[in-house]
Amino acid sequence: MNYHWNWGVFLQEAPEGGVRYWELLVAGLGWTLAVSCLAWVIALAAGVLVGTLRTVPGRLLPGLAAAWVELFRNVPLLVQMFLWYFVLPELLPPLKRLLADADPTTAQFAAAVLCLGLFTSARIAEQVRAGIRSLPRGQREAAAAVGLTTAQAYRHVLLPMALRIVVPPLTSEAMNLIKNSSVALTIGLAELTFRARELGEYTFSYFEAFTAATLIYVAIAMSANRAMAWIERRVAVPGYIAGGGR
Amino acid sequence: MAMIEMRGVSKWFGDFRVLDGCTTRVEKGDVVVVCGPSGSGKSTLIKTVNGLEPFQEGEVRVDGVSVAARGTDLTRLRSRVGMVFQHFELFPHLTVLRNLTLAQERVLRRSRAEADAKALALLERVGLRDQAAKHPGQLSGGQQQRVAIARALSMDPVVMLFDEPTSALDPEMVSEVLDVMVGLAREGMTMMVVTHEMGFARQVASRVIFMDQGRIVEDVAKDAFFGAPQERSPRAQQFLSKVLAH
Ligand SMILES: Nc1ncnc2c1ncn2[C@@H]1O[C@H](COP(=O)(O)OP(=O)(O)O)[C@@H](O)[C@H]1O
Ligand SMILES: [Mg+2]
Repeated sequence: MNYHWNWGVFLQEAPEGGVRYWELLVAGLGWTLAVSCLAWVIALAAGVLVGTLRTVPGRLLPGLAAAWVELFRNVPLLVQMFLWYFVLPELLPPLKRLLADADPTTAQFAAAVLCLGLFTSARIAEQVRAGIRSLPRGQREAAAAVGLTTAQAYRHVLLPMALRIVVPPLTSEAMNLIKNSSVALTIGLAELTFRARELGEYTFSYFEAFTAATLIYVAIAMSANRAMAWIERRVAVPGYIAGGGR
Repeated sequence: MAMIEMRGVSKWFGDFRVLDGCTTRVEKGDVVVVCGPSGSGKSTLIKTVNGLEPFQEGEVRVDGVSVAARGTDLTRLRSRVGMVFQHFELFPHLTVLRNLTLAQERVLRRSRAEADAKALALLERVGLRDQAAKHPGQLSGGQQQRVAIARALSMDPVVMLFDEPTSALDPEMVSEVLDVMVGLAREGMTMMVVTHEMGFARQVASRVIFMDQGRIVEDVAKDAFFGAPQERSPRAQQFLSKVLAH
């Protein structure tokens, strides 16, 4: 392959004026991180709640939680993105009027965060449910036997262990979320992949643009991985062997 | 008044009758040993006493309070009935000390200092005060089961239930657990003990219940059970010859 790499392209000024391409990439990275972090907070909170509700006694709450998971897991992410950004405002006229005067970036950002957060929450809920189910049945009984209420049993006995068990699968969910955040470019949010594609289109330096984006995604994924590994070590239970050996 | 009173307790899992009209009384200070073949309903029977196993027919009263009645505060009742499980069921993420204080603080609303003092005194009693800061996974099976007994005692129960407390233990650890149980029995604790340790039964039992296929087949004084085997039912004789052969 005799492609002429042109790494100098990042230092060139973008047609928008006043900024260089590398600065646009960094700005894109900023949006990618902002969307991913906020969506992660939503996904964790909703996912732990919904995953827990799937395992509580009774029918209503587990049923509602199951419906949540099916809804957000089975509709393609791209379709969900369009629904949040294009369809929801049509269904809610007051929201549409509000958005008409607002900076479109705000709406793109909000739609991307909600969409990715809820989509990921369904996946986290499944992991949390599996984590709770993997605990010995006797743990629930032991908690009840000392007089703890169901809520107390979850808060002090079941969730602390279940959440520890699901840290490794949650690491891959975090990575998926970061990668999925690139879908936000379809509603116009100028995140990392959006900027890389823009750079390619303006300068024809597609290889350089996407090589840079790839390296940045890899760096983010590795950082997320390290952060989760650190958490895993921090919360490790002395002497506990996963599965308990029975 | 009887500490535990069961009248005509029946329970079905689907079409399968796990408990079949079980009736018995346990007076204050009695130690009742429950034995019988695997699957005969022993665990299910003692778990009806603290409401861990709901039942469809009959009545169970603990210290005069009906377990199944609508108005009964089950968490309060459970906090007065200690339970020890075959697989210990300590809370693995908590230290030994916290295993003993969690329910004292959350259920009985004792202060941290009060709960700690009680916990340390009980650990002293089971010979594990120096292990208070460890996690359950760092202890041997026999030590874990002694912690579990101390955890149940920390709630000042009026009744203690044991479900095969030594059958998951290595043989050399059985006696350290039985010693604690014998001590409790001698102090006058009301106990229902599912066990095949006939040595324990001979030593401290007031009565022996023999179960088969969900029925209480024998419910007799210890001396009658061991002293007059020819008067026992064929099933009980068969069972006795098996467990006593060990
Ligand atoms: N949740 C359940 N669903 C269906 N059958 C059960 C359940 N729990 C226990 N059983 C059945 O009930 C019977 C009695 O169980 P159990 O009380 O555990 O017996 P034991 O303690 O005497 O070995 C067994 O045949 C068991 O298979
Ligand atoms: Mg059993």
